[in-house]
Amino acid sequence: MESDRVVVTGLGAVSPLGLSADQMWAGLCEGRCGIGRIKAFDPAGLRCELAGEVPAYSIQDYVPRKYRKSCKLMCRDIELAVIAAQQAVAASGLVTKGIDPDHVSIDPTRMGVNMGAGIISCDMVELAPAVAVSTTDGRFDIRKWGRVGLEHVTPLWLLKYLPNMLACHIGIIHDCQGPSNTITCAEASAHLAIAEAAQVIARGDSDIALAGAAEAKVNPVIMVRQILLERTNNISNDRPGAACRPFDANAHGSVFGEAGGVLVLESLSHARRRGATILAELVGIGHSHCIDPAYARLEPDGEAVRIAITKALDDADLDARQVDLLIPHGMGLPQDDLAEAKGIAAALGDATKEVTVWPTKSMLSTTGAASGALDAIAAVQAIGASTIPSARNFTRPLDGCHLRISTDTVRRRIDHAICCSYTHGGQTAALVFKRCDEGAAS
Amino acid sequence: MKTPKSHERIVLTGMGIVSPLGHDIESVWKAILAGRSGTARTTIFDASTFPTTFSAEVKDYDFRRYVEHPSRHDQCSRSSGFVIGATVQACRQAGIDVESQAPADHIDRTRMGIYLGAGEGSLDSDAFFAGILAAWNAERDEFAWPHANRIVQEQMQAAHELEQEPNMAVAHIARLTGARGPARSCLTACAASTQAVGEAMMLLRRGQADVMIAGGAHSMIHILGLTGFNRLTALSTRNDSPETASRPFCASRDGFVLGEGAAIVVLESLTSARKRGATILAELIGYGSSSDAYRVTDMHDEGRGAVQAMRAALADAGLTYRDIDYINTHGTSTHENDAVETLAIKTVFQERAKQVPASSVKSMLGHLIAAAGAAELITCVLAIRDGIVPPTINLNDPDPELDLDYVPNAARKMPLHIVMNESFGFGGQNNVVILKQYSEAREKPH
Repeated sequence: MESDRVVVTGLGAVSPLGLSADQMWAGLCEGRCGIGRIKAFDPAGLRCELAGEVPAYSIQDYVPRKYRKSCKLMCRDIELAVIAAQQAVAASGLVTKGIDPDHVSIDPTRMGVNMGAGIISCDMVELAPAVAVSTTDGRFDIRKWGRVGLEHVTPLWLLKYLPNMLACHIGIIHDCQGPSNTITCAEASAHLAIAEAAQVIARGDSDIALAGAAEAKVNPVIMVRQILLERTNNISNDRPGAACRPFDANAHGSVFGEAGGVLVLESLSHARRRGATILAELVGIGHSHCIDPAYARLEPDGEAVRIAITKALDDADLDARQVDLLIPHGMGLPQDDLAEAKGIAAALGDATKEVTVWPTKSMLSTTGAASGALDAIAAVQAIGASTIPSARNFTRPLDGCHLRISTDTVRRRIDHAICCSYTHGGQTAALVFKRCDEGAAS
Repeated sequence: MKTPKSHERIVLTGMGIVSPLGHDIESVWKAILAGRSGTARTTIFDASTFPTTFSAEVKDYDFRRYVEHPSRHDQCSRSSGFVIGATVQACRQAGIDVESQAPADHIDRTRMGIYLGAGEGSLDSDAFFAGILAAWNAERDEFAWPHANRIVQEQMQAAHELEQEPNMAVAHIARLTGARGPARSCLTACAASTQAVGEAMMLLRRGQADVMIAGGAHSMIHILGLTGFNRLTALSTRNDSPETASRPFCASRDGFVLGEGAAIVVLESLTSARKRGATILAELIGYGSSSDAYRVTDMHDEGRGAVQAMRAALADAGLTYRDIDYINTHGTSTHENDAVETLAIKTVFQERAKQVPASSVKSMLGHLIAAAGAAELITCVLAIRDGIVPPTINLNDPDPELDLDYVPNAARKMPLHIVMNESFGFGGQNNVVILKQYSEAREKPH
């Protein structure tokens, strides 16, 4: 049934490799690295001073004129989401209120938004004046905060930091009145949000969804959290380009960053009716959860990864041999990369030696909730370009990793691409995208 | 994507709650039927100088009483602790083994999922404020980052930071139950756990799982949470009478009461429940979700999104507004919500609007934010079970504009078959579920 099939008709990305999905793909193909010393604040004193940061932009350029005053209610996570959504909608050819309010081509009640978001950390500088007037003998005094400090906090402050505001701003700009959800499963958020958006469309509750995620991790509190949880590479501050090395024997931790990525998902029938260019079809979804009592690490055999990939293949009615490309979560943490490699190999079985695996975080950094959206976009782009770029910073595999990591750019037809993600905590997801040769309204 | 058109019925077989009115289903229900308020002076931190000095706290609670291996959850956040107690209660009632290496409940763990509407942990405010103070030079308007970096890096604790992400409540449930199926956590403000229950129901209907542990958890009773809501002027400031502060639909309402807690339900396909011989508590028959797409600061003034969600839930259940016996409202006690929600109910329920009882248990429980919808869903199940509509307390000064039957001040005995539960969130998130008294025969309402 056409209405049950869900296709991708637009992509939008802002990432450490540029302000558009095209720039990201060009950067990935060149093997460029978006990681550098943190510019958003002075990172001196942090064990890891590196991050993947989005190039400078002005949010005002990406929102309709009438919406510009609302930009003051956007934290950086929201801005990244709004920019990615604007691009994705523009690329899809859909005319929403945010593109041209006089020629809207959609039924707003049939368009939804499913975004993944991280935990958004407060801005220390923004709260500094309020904290500074709330001290006694140089220490924070809660009674003074309640009496006077609080008055220095801008009245709508909280609304900047609620995770669902990414989807809400997007929904208001493009007038999406259908189901809207915000998935807060850390690095697995984007895949889970895309999965849910597809399920909402497949069950007939909407025709179109903007799905993806955004997160800005370049904030001292969030960076310190990653450092304390021993996820960062603390020994490569002078070599940012070589710092993040997924599945490599010389991996010493990950580098965190910021990004936003949005896909336009549509029922096949809706896309055909309007003659849209179909970039790929989402044909498989798989989920699982890690149950190892150690929360801060992936379970050593990657069992949840195995289950998620197996279920996604089954959902797509595919044999592992039919997979041409797998984009793993691989963030450059040796122990977790190894566990993930074991889970992937267990799912692919004999096909492990044939399936090309292409990790992207060596170039894009680990952008939290957004990372899965960037990978999903890259998978669709790889299908469209019939190209698997070479993995950066991979020279020798981790001991015990038997994946076939992409070491040269390969040009060939890609029928099926899988991407997978997991969180520390345990949510795990895999998506299968399929090449769609029919293209436009055939 | 395999998306079988399933005619599978979805039933509820377990419930658990940790709330300001108690830590088990029956005592919470008893308190609600007695019209008791869970609100009192805030004790978690010193809020004595805040515009609002009270809240609806969970009192005298320790998750360790519920589990054999508390060390597996030692560092959990306040709200994840609530989740542990609520999950153990719900699983016990549903006959699901917890903390077991070899569960004997005949549920395939890869077909058992989790879906929560759950909030984040609370920021380590000591380290955060100390970092700011070390770095900020007010006279020169300068922020010396290296000082902040050093303090934050020295003072924050890895174990506490791990539990900050909102997905961790789901992670704890997975360890308790061994669930390996679809797992998601969402955070659509005050509508989150109703959305979680609704989407969990959809996963079951489409055959993606046999059993889903669903619900919500949240605590925003911390310095920045209270600050944020106070600055929005969303909270009641009736400091001289906390227990009467939550007064939904009352003319003198002045904001909501910040609460906390967790509410968990076990949902499963009827096939699974029958196979296991589980006791069925209610059937979930409808779910509708929409967004206002209006303003981040306000609800749509005619309740456009709320109306759409209610109608979508009715359509999903194959019902009309004539079939609903009771509406468990979002009823927050803010000026805006209660007025818009009343208007939306009038739009959907037309000539029946004033006849359908529509009460708010937030008058007693307070507003559990992300956990509110699931906690209120549980009161709907109990209302159907006992044939009693819970009251809206503190409704002694009716607002002339708000003229529905809010079941003022006293619970009301009446048979209930089909009940609607509404949740609306900041940013225009609207979620509605409909549940029904379970009967073996699949009845057509018309």
